[in-house]
Amino acid sequence: MNLDWDFIMESLPLYGDAMWLTVKLAVIAILLSLILGLLFSLVLFYKVKGISAIIRAYVELSRNTPLLVQLFFLYYGLPKVGIQLSEFTCAIVGMTFLGGSYMTEAFRSGIEAVGKSQLESGLSIGLSKVQLARYVILPQALAISIPSLGANAIFLLKETSIVGAIALMDLMNVAKDLIGMHYKTAESLLLLVLAYLVLVLPLSLLLSWVERKVRHAEFGN
Amino acid sequence: MPNLGIEVLFEGSNFERLLGGLLVTIEISFISIVIGTLLGIIMGLLRTLDSKPLRLVLRLYLEAFRIIPILVWLYVVHFSFSPLLQIDISGEATAILVFSLWGAAEIGDIVRGALESMPKHQVESGQALGLSSGQLYRHILIPQAVRRMLPGSINLATRMVKTTSLVVLIGVIEVVKIGQQIIELGVIKAPNASFWVYGFIFILYFLVCYPLSRLSKRFEHKWQN
Repeated sequence: MNLDWDFIMESLPLYGDAMWLTVKLAVIAILLSLILGLLFSLVLFYKVKGISAIIRAYVELSRNTPLLVQLFFLYYGLPKVGIQLSEFTCAIVGMTFLGGSYMTEAFRSGIEAVGKSQLESGLSIGLSKVQLARYVILPQALAISIPSLGANAIFLLKETSIVGAIALMDLMNVAKDLIGMHYKTAESLLLLVLAYLVLVLPLSLLLSWVERKVRHAEFGN
Repeated sequence: MPNLGIEVLFEGSNFERLLGGLLVTIEISFISIVIGTLLGIIMGLLRTLDSKPLRLVLRLYLEAFRIIPILVWLYVVHFSFSPLLQIDISGEATAILVFSLWGAAEIGDIVRGALESMPKHQVESGQALGLSSGQLYRHILIPQAVRRMLPGSINLATRMVKTTSLVVLIGVIEVVKIGQQIIELGVIKAPNASFWVYGFIFILYFLVCYPLSRLSKRFEHKWQN
């Protein structure tokens, strides 16, 4: 296959911009999702009346619907009832709505994995519920949750590929435009795949390294 | 606001059309899961073999699907196969191809995990009891392997149903596309249609996926040990 290298060099800045957009989106959405997840999992742990039920409903709703439909609803549906968000805000809200539930589940399973005897010991030496969470549960739960938190981060980074559907100039949109305008299909797709490899591969390698470390810490040698 | 807009869902055949669109989504997921499971079982068996190059290739195959987003795969196949092979491949065929290959990779990993997690002494005890290898598989290995595979497989099915929503972006007429058509047609008569139509599609997906994820959780709890 003969690739048009001039075309590739010329399109690089476009892909660069789109990658930057993806990184921005992913970083903001992952951070917000982590914050939501931590808060919500603590609410579930303390079984806060009323709020727990709402959070459980949110988790199920968010995990069982596609991001694309969530984004379409936010972007095309909400303005009809008077709530107009920019494309970027929509993408952040949608991805945080999706990511928040995944992160909640990840933290929750970490918290559940902390031994019951530890909770009882903590309570018996007179720790308050907040102290218990702060000094006993969270440090251990975090270590246990790291692999799934990382997997969720990668999941969210990949999900950013969908924001082009609400008119953001992301990698998918750039590739589609270039194919439509110049018929340089092979070049555009090659750059598209490479862009995602550059974005996701390092994170994925980092995650499997961390996972090995955590496993080592869990079981010793 | 005299016209709430929710009526748009029930005007003419809109309701049936949306459900029909959902059916396309479910069809694509179902066919892909069946093909993916068959290929995945073979792949999982191959991955337990003692051949390093084979393991490496199959691992790379799995990682390719884990690292590159599915939408990118859909684009790559959609935009390159038709011109490359000089035949017109429909959006549906593209989707089924991509989802089947993805399913095969993930199911392959689940099968491999189930097979490798089976304790060796069970096979040895069975043999010591004089079970034939057919009996060994029938009564000891397969029932346990299926238990270990079911939660993950159903989970994958849920993910697939959700991900098939993306096929609208390569031109398949499914529920989101039909929703868009309804919105466009009613742009003057029902200006609020997009709120209700997308809200309805949101609920439709939930109604399909929620039972699946409940089922997967149920199996997880029931067969935890």
